[in-house]
Amino acid sequence: MNESELAHFKQHLRVYLAVFIALAVLTVVTVAISYLDLPTGYAITVAMVVATVKAFLVAGYFMHLVTEQKVIHWLLALSAAFLVFLFVLPLVTELGNGPLWTG
Amino acid sequence: MSELVIPYRTEPHPVTGVTSGKLGIWLFLASEVMLFGALFSSYVLLRVGVLQEHWPLGVEAGLNVPIGTFNTIVLITSSITMVMAWASLKMDNVGAYKKYFAATIALGLLFLVIKGFEYGDKFSHHIFPATGWPGAGDPSPFYGLYFTFTGLHALHVALGILVNLWLLIWGTALFKTDPECFTGRIEIAGLYWHFVDLVWIFLFPVLYLL
Repeated sequence: MNESELAHFKQHLRVYLAVFIALAVLTVVTVAISYLDLPTGYAITVAMVVATVKAFLVAGYFMHLVTEQKVIHWLLALSAAFLVFLFVLPLVTELGNGPLWTG
Repeated sequence: MSELVIPYRTEPHPVTGVTSGKLGIWLFLASEVMLFGALFSSYVLLRVGVLQEHWPLGVEAGLNVPIGTFNTIVLITSSITMVMAWASLKMDNVGAYKKYFAATIALGLLFLVIKGFEYGDKFSHHIFPATGWPGAGDPSPFYGLYFTFTGLHALHVALGILVNLWLLIWGTALFKTDPECFTGRIEIAGLYWHFVDLVWIFLFPVLYLL
């Protein structure tokens, strides 16, 4: 790495630090929100939105997905599609069957 | 006898644009998405299959939110030290790499120790995968999910620590002879480590907060 490449690379370090601070703040935010006793539906939505933002920060910057090759993006898109299938299929088959178990 | 050369170890493959190692780890992580995805899918199915009032908040079931929050911060910190270890190698600073990488391993161990104390606390209150919790009515799948999720996750952390330890103690010598190859290995170890952090980012709210 020459001088200018090094100077450019050092900018990445600031991004990593910013992402770390954002992750720590969002962790505190998600815990703080849980103490507000929101209705379950809202609480789940807010927590999952915060977790998804954190996941995108980790995957995008720590795992370098923002600058990664297309082949990795396609691989993950395929994986995401199967993941959706994995979530939807059991729910669809159980729809209308009543409670699975009683608490 | 000609020397065997493994292709695309450091130079990207002309078709994919990435090294074989990187494509390999991402394929593995895609399979991990499905492994943890199956568990999350089971969680959703079990949770929607019951009346809301029968599903406990983590706190109601006896989980300690401050400890869980602290452990989340521990894992997030280990992610930044991991990325700094890789960045240090990119900048040719082996000394800094060793410190950051050792910190990553230490933070991973701290996470497991804290998790161990949490497990110990549950067992001492006679809470096991197939039981409810004190004050719960009928058995609930909550702790079955909790132990399966956190156990599988802890296993991933433990295996990551072992691989990272190997890389730190025995692997680093490669940096002298083939720095690009070794930096690639640390990047790959990092991708796995960040993925394990990413799983916890979802596990923590799902089990402790909701």
